Amino acid sequence: MAIVSMNEKVIVAENLTKKFGDFTAVDHISFGVHKGEIFGFLGANGAGKTTAMRMLSGLSMPTSGNAMVAGFDVYRENEKIKRNIGYMSQKFSLYEDLTVRENIRFYAGIYGMSSHFIKEKMGQVLGELHLTAEGDKLVKSLPLGWKQKLAFSVAIFHEPRIVFLDEPTGGVDPVTRREFWHMIYEAAASGITVFVTTHYMDEAEYCDRVSIMVDGRIDALDTPQQLKKTYAAESMDEVFLKLARKATRAAD
Amino acid sequence: MTAVKINNVVKTYGKKKEITALSDISFSVSKGELFGIIGPDGAGKTSLFRILTTLLLADNGNVTVDGFDVVKDYKAIRQRVGYMPGRFSLYQDLSVKENLNFFATIFNTSVEENYELIKDIYSQIEPFKDRKAGKLSGGMKQKLALSCALIHRPSVLFLDEPTTGVDAVSRKEFWEMLKRLKEQGITILVSTPYMDEASMCDRVALIQAGKILSINTPQGIVETFGKKLLAVKSTDMLRLLHDLKQCEEVQDAYPFGEYHHAVMRNDSKELLRSYLEQRGQSFELKEAEPNIEDCFMALMKTS
Amino acid sequence: MKQFFAFVKKEFYHIFRDRRTMIILLAMPVVQIIIFGFALTNEVKNSKIAIWDQSKDAATASLINQLEASRYFEVEQSIHTAKEIESIFQKGEIKLAMILPQHFDEDLRHFNKAQVQLIADASDPNVANTLTNYASAIIMDYQNRITHEKKLPYTITTEMRMLYNPELKGAYNFVPGVMAMVLLLVCTMMTAITIVREKETGTMEVMLVSPANPLRIVIAKAVPYFLLSMVNITTILLLSVFVLDVPVNGSLVLLVGESLLFTLVSLSLGLLISTKAGSQQTALFISLVGLLLPTVMLSGFMFPIENMPLPLRTVSNIVPARWYYSIVKSVMIKGIGLNAVWKETLILSGMLIFFLGLAIKNFKIRLA
Repeated sequence: MAIVSMNEKVIVAENLTKKFGDFTAVDHISFGVHKGEIFGFLGANGAGKTTAMRMLSGLSMPTSGNAMVAGFDVYRENEKIKRNIGYMSQKFSLYEDLTVRENIRFYAGIYGMSSHFIKEKMGQVLGELHLTAEGDKLVKSLPLGWKQKLAFSVAIFHEPRIVFLDEPTGGVDPVTRREFWHMIYEAAASGITVFVTTHYMDEAEYCDRVSIMVDGRIDALDTPQQLKKTYAAESMDEVFLKLARKATRAAD
Repeated sequence: MTAVKINNVVKTYGKKKEITALSDISFSVSKGELFGIIGPDGAGKTSLFRILTTLLLADNGNVTVDGFDVVKDYKAIRQRVGYMPGRFSLYQDLSVKENLNFFATIFNTSVEENYELIKDIYSQIEPFKDRKAGKLSGGMKQKLALSCALIHRPSVLFLDEPTTGVDAVSRKEFWEMLKRLKEQGITILVSTPYMDEASMCDRVALIQAGKILSINTPQGIVETFGKKLLAVKSTDMLRLLHDLKQCEEVQDAYPFGEYHHAVMRNDSKELLRSYLEQRGQSFELKEAEPNIEDCFMALMKTS
Repeated sequence: MKQFFAFVKKEFYHIFRDRRTMIILLAMPVVQIIIFGFALTNEVKNSKIAIWDQSKDAATASLINQLEASRYFEVEQSIHTAKEIESIFQKGEIKLAMILPQHFDEDLRHFNKAQVQLIADASDPNVANTLTNYASAIIMDYQNRITHEKKLPYTITTEMRMLYNPELKGAYNFVPGVMAMVLLLVCTMMTAITIVREKETGTMEVMLVSPANPLRIVIAKAVPYFLLSMVNITTILLLSVFVLDVPVNGSLVLLVGESLLFTLVSLSLGLLISTKAGSQQTALFISLVGLLLPTVMLSGFMFPIENMPLPLRTVSNIVPARWYYSIVKSVMIKGIGLNAVWKETLILSGMLIFFLGLAIKNFKIRLA
């Protein structure tokens, strides 16, 4: 798998907590993610994944606890965090009514990339995606699978230190899903840390390490192999079910 | 007895009919069957469901549900089918109880009349009967939507992607509920993008880009795979994948959970072993049973 | 029928549970009436008046004295040219000017007749109206006094000019305008939005795949808004009679009947929009730009139709509110009966049949 640098941590969370009124969405979670690691962030609906991810990407202030992301503090330096991460989700990715090139140019522009850099890298990215001929087509004319792959390329276009992927492969066909994961491997190999959530349990197996959130806490964190051993399970699916069944809360 | 019969259905969209959603689909579903339509987003699942539920007209072909034609007898069909669209179509500002009562009245029945049928499902959300539907969790919404779709004891139940966006625990519970409904004699057509759910169905249709790749029992589909499938893993999975793709004996290679799957051209496990040994990586190699996802990919690539 | 009531009941749940929208819907007519009503204050006290005294004789001095003695006016400024009037009006402090022509006293004594001209800034029509009324009353008073003193029948003709708004549109005109606007907002916009919302959330899909008659579903959605507009009409009429002193001069039955007709036109427009719009935003946009804007601009409520250029005048004919506005003005303010508004009534009925027919024709029993 990707070359993981064990001594360099790009995400460190210590007792990170978020409360909404008297509801504790994220309850004292602590973990670290290494540079170049593919980190799977699993949990049932309502377990607190989204809230945790928002705090780490500088979109939401923690109630208490500490977290450093890409070397920056989530309380004081959230603007710097945003500049050093990429983000992609199943729901929001690209502007459908802009062309492929316009989308890339727009997002790269947001991150202050120079036009020389954009031009050079755009050719390379479109080549890798086999989209060179479709560069001037509107994004809405592309098949879903291509859109998702393009969205991922856009999310890492500015060469961020970490990319957050929120259910990036929902509803995508199995072949494209693999191609997508291939891109994730390549990105991780180039040193980008990948922080990913998914509902597909087989995808959990592709991760270097997996954390499973239950009721706002991280109940398990290890390599997929070790987790299966610990929970005497045949697959990650079984591990997940064993842990998530303990959940008492049913928020969404 | 046939519950649903679909003959040569074609559906296109756009002014010049340039987008083909369904191209020449035919299959039938027997009474009491739990039938899965499995395919990714954009495969045509929702278009097919809307044609079956009389919401859309096909460009070509004919469809009967419970012996009634979906075009001519749409009113009769609307009396006897249950439908749960992709989004849980509930009134978010009505309570659980109000939603259920409303749907019962619309279908000219009452909750009491068919309570036996939904008891199993509804009893799980009954403690929250005064809560607004919008405040329920994804799993509970799904149960309420299913209760509403069942309240008039439909003969055929259409469920369009009921498990999308729902976590693994709720998904499992949902399929268990469907199994119990099937025992009550209700024909169920359910669509899903999750390949692993195929094994829960009596028969499945694999659908991709508006075409049916295969229709069979889950076991039957796996049996038609017809190639040797090997599972390999090593410490550097990315390099291993590159290596596998370069091996001439390997027809196709892709990540599959903890392992990579290699579809072999011949029954040549030892050839692959020696090839990988030459590459100088330590690895673990074993034979694997193909599952629906392997079959789906193989069919996608040959079609 | 049980089904139908289940739908209506559900619709009321939607309305009552969306507190914010419900409050807006019920408070909107009250707020509009109050804003319009109080923007048009009619209390006049120590109002400043400019005087251009061209004769400067005993009679004019006496008249000016009397004006000043009243608690209504304060002579602020003497002016010497006609141009000055505009410039002081534009400063905004002075709203009325009185012009006394040359040889006022002479005219009065020799011919028993003299003239006074009052010029008012009518951009605020109510104030202008009140001011000129008070001023003429004082002049009349003065005339009566000298007639009494000299035992001779003197006449002072007061000529009035309203600058900026010669028609003196005011309270009497905005009440019918507010009625048209509120009915249109409640019936057209809300009906269209609530139907399209069901399309958006997917519940319409489930409703269609049910034994319920699709057209009945949609009509059931209109019922609560119909009732809500009745409440609004009542509110507006009560406020206008008891707060603004704008009486209902004509037949109340006719007025309510015509309002019901316009409500139905608005509802059918709402249904028509809902058959075309795919999203709530589109429905909102069509209702606001396509209906509310023409209602405000082209119904005669803000700007008199007679003064519009021909193309706009032609377009105004297809704005339903134009006809309703004219009916309400005639019935409520002028107090005339059906025999005077039958033409407008007929046009609105025609529109109702046309829009409802079009809505039903476009209504789909399927999704596409």
